[in-house]
Amino acid sequence: MAILVQFIIGLVFGLGLVVSGMSNPAKVLNFLDLASIRTGAWDASLAFVMLAAVAVTFVGFRFVLRRERPIFGEKFHLPTATDLDARIIAGPAIFGIGWGLAGFCPGPALTALGGGSQAAFLFVAAMLTGMVAARWLAIRSPASLISRSS
Amino acid sequence: MSATEFTPIAAVVGGALIGAAAVMLMAAKGRIAGVSGIAVRLFPPYGDGELAGRIAFIAGLILAPIIATFIAGGAPEQTIEASGIVLLAAGLLVGFGSVWGNGCTSGHGVCGLSRLSIRSLVAVATFMTTAIATVFISRHLM
Repeated sequence: MAILVQFIIGLVFGLGLVVSGMSNPAKVLNFLDLASIRTGAWDASLAFVMLAAVAVTFVGFRFVLRRERPIFGEKFHLPTATDLDARIIAGPAIFGIGWGLAGFCPGPALTALGGGSQAAFLFVAAMLTGMVAARWLAIRSPASLISRSS
Repeated sequence: MSATEFTPIAAVVGGALIGAAAVMLMAAKGRIAGVSGIAVRLFPPYGDGELAGRIAFIAGLILAPIIATFIAGGAPEQTIEASGIVLLAAGLLVGFGSVWGNGCTSGHGVCGLSRLSIRSLVAVATFMTTAIATVFISRHLM
């Protein structure tokens, strides 16, 4: 039952990406291209996606976290790290460069796989390689934070 | 570059669905809906017995456009402009950076900001800055 629920949750997430247009890298890049504001070609959609998603999650989490425990689990696994270390800057900095190059972040890239394009397949193969490499390095680094990752 | 239209209503509806999925995962499993964290744990080392659930979530993500095509009667629009070598480099950077920084647009962006996490706020400000700079350089300076 829990497995089926997680499949449906993934499906809802993916449908959100498709409906919002975020599974289309051109739409993402046209948002990130702030220089296009003055030419009128700017696509502000991503900001609306983010605002709506954060608004729903902000309210929803408040209700859900009043429960003693999740429906299919013993406890809530919330990130506990609060320190601002080098990794919280370096990781997102590297991620942003890749995001700006292709217009894909992990969710939309995986969703694009279902569209069957070769380009998405290539991107996802490289992305998974990068992910596994980062986790491998993180586990071996002395100040490992991977166990508290989100 | 190929022009896209500003679609605020579709953006809000889609964004709300993404938020609903994040809330449902917290309610069901007590976990943050961070796609990079879920995807990297499809690979070893394993340890928490949650592999099947993660596979199910990712399968749902991948099947979403197929279901959407079936419902809407047409494939969702998708324009990928980057060449093969750029896609490879971008994929490596996105994969490495998201796991190194413990989250991507979903984990830090949607869930982290909703939890008012300072770490996530720093992460989001950082990746927005480098992504915007990258697009500016690649589109306007090269």
